Amino acid sequence: MTGAFGALLKRDLTLVARTPGDYTTPVIFFIVCTTLFSFVAGTDSAILKAIGPGVIWVAALLSSMLSLEGFFRNDYEDGTLEQILTAPAPLPLLVLAKTLAHWISAGLPLLLISPILGILMNLDSFSTVVLIVTIAISTPTFSLIGAFGASLVIAQKKAGMLLSLLTLPLCVPILIFSVSAVLAAAEQAPVSGHLLLLSAFFIFALTLAPFATASALRVMLDN
Amino acid sequence: MLQINNLTGVRGDRLLFESLSFVVNESELLLIKGKNGAGKTSLLRLVCGLASPEAGEILWDGDSITQIRPEYHRLLVYVGHDNGINLDLTVRENLEFHRSLKSSPSKHEIPALLERLGIARYLDVPCRFLSAGQKRRAALAKLGISQARVWLLDEPFNSLDVQVLDTVVELIIQHLEQGGMCLATSHQTIDWGAVRVQEIQLEDPL
Repeated sequence: MTGAFGALLKRDLTLVARTPGDYTTPVIFFIVCTTLFSFVAGTDSAILKAIGPGVIWVAALLSSMLSLEGFFRNDYEDGTLEQILTAPAPLPLLVLAKTLAHWISAGLPLLLISPILGILMNLDSFSTVVLIVTIAISTPTFSLIGAFGASLVIAQKKAGMLLSLLTLPLCVPILIFSVSAVLAAAEQAPVSGHLLLLSAFFIFALTLAPFATASALRVMLDN
Repeated sequence: MLQINNLTGVRGDRLLFESLSFVVNESELLLIKGKNGAGKTSLLRLVCGLASPEAGEILWDGDSITQIRPEYHRLLVYVGHDNGINLDLTVRENLEFHRSLKSSPSKHEIPALLERLGIARYLDVPCRFLSAGQKRRAALAKLGISQARVWLLDEPFNSLDVQVLDTVVELIIQHLEQGGMCLATSHQTIDWGAVRVQEIQLEDPL
């Protein structure tokens, strides 16, 4: 069973390495979007500091949305998904493998770039650390929720808009708590409450989303 | 033994077949015949558990296949209309992935089979650069690497040349002789030799 999990993870990561264009666009979007905001904020570093966490987080969220459409697309079109659904391994486990591969290719780069963007946005060092922690906890949640959303629109050709409509509302609470955690950190206020809530969201998504996605896939391919 | 009882299949709101019953035993080949749109693919998808029937049941050795899904999926291999071959991966990577997915250990069989199917030379070529027939061969090579007893083949001979077609027929016959079973849809008329063949004729679409 772990064999199938590992094989799917390895395959998806090989595909990421082989078609880097699909995965670099969201990362570049993340960088460009954040950088542009730092231009329009003017020379007042206080404004930058106030809007910085929000800007980085909105950019991270939108960038995560960009990479979602291709989540199951190729596998659905070339018939691999049928093979995955007729594999003996539990489908939620295989969904989890795909989700992990998605996070490594879409979430991890955001995590690695965020410290630089934090500095760009004039965040102090503690806020930057909190920013990194929130991104580390929340991007996996995005991938899990995104997998569920992507499984629902699998048969639609141009589903980007619908997919955002489905998944963005589920991500808004994460956005709110992440940004308020970073803002609280800037005021030296305690942040553990926010981080615990974000972790709770993550665990909630981790335990439910793979099952929901697996069921959705079975229903979508049942025609 | 695969047993289909009173199966009703629909696609959208169109009735494809009703009260279809048949039994496939070891060493038996079931050919599903019918015009385009008669529901051949839908029937295969039902049998492999991808689709759920409107009515009726599909039993493997007396157990409903939805009850014993992991065991059932371990012993079947499905080559659908879509090849299930990723175009950015090489033939080798695709086959290794499918083997791990089916968690079947045998490794030694591959080269001989690929030689017979004539794709041994393309093992490390990304599938994007293969022709339609070569992709189909790569998909059929999955049959050789799995130890599945039930083969579900949707139009297996599509876009194959005559030589490879013969090889695939041989492969199926060999599988049946070893006690396997096979369900296939096909338009071709093929000489199956001494194999026990059942035919199901699906009614013309309305």
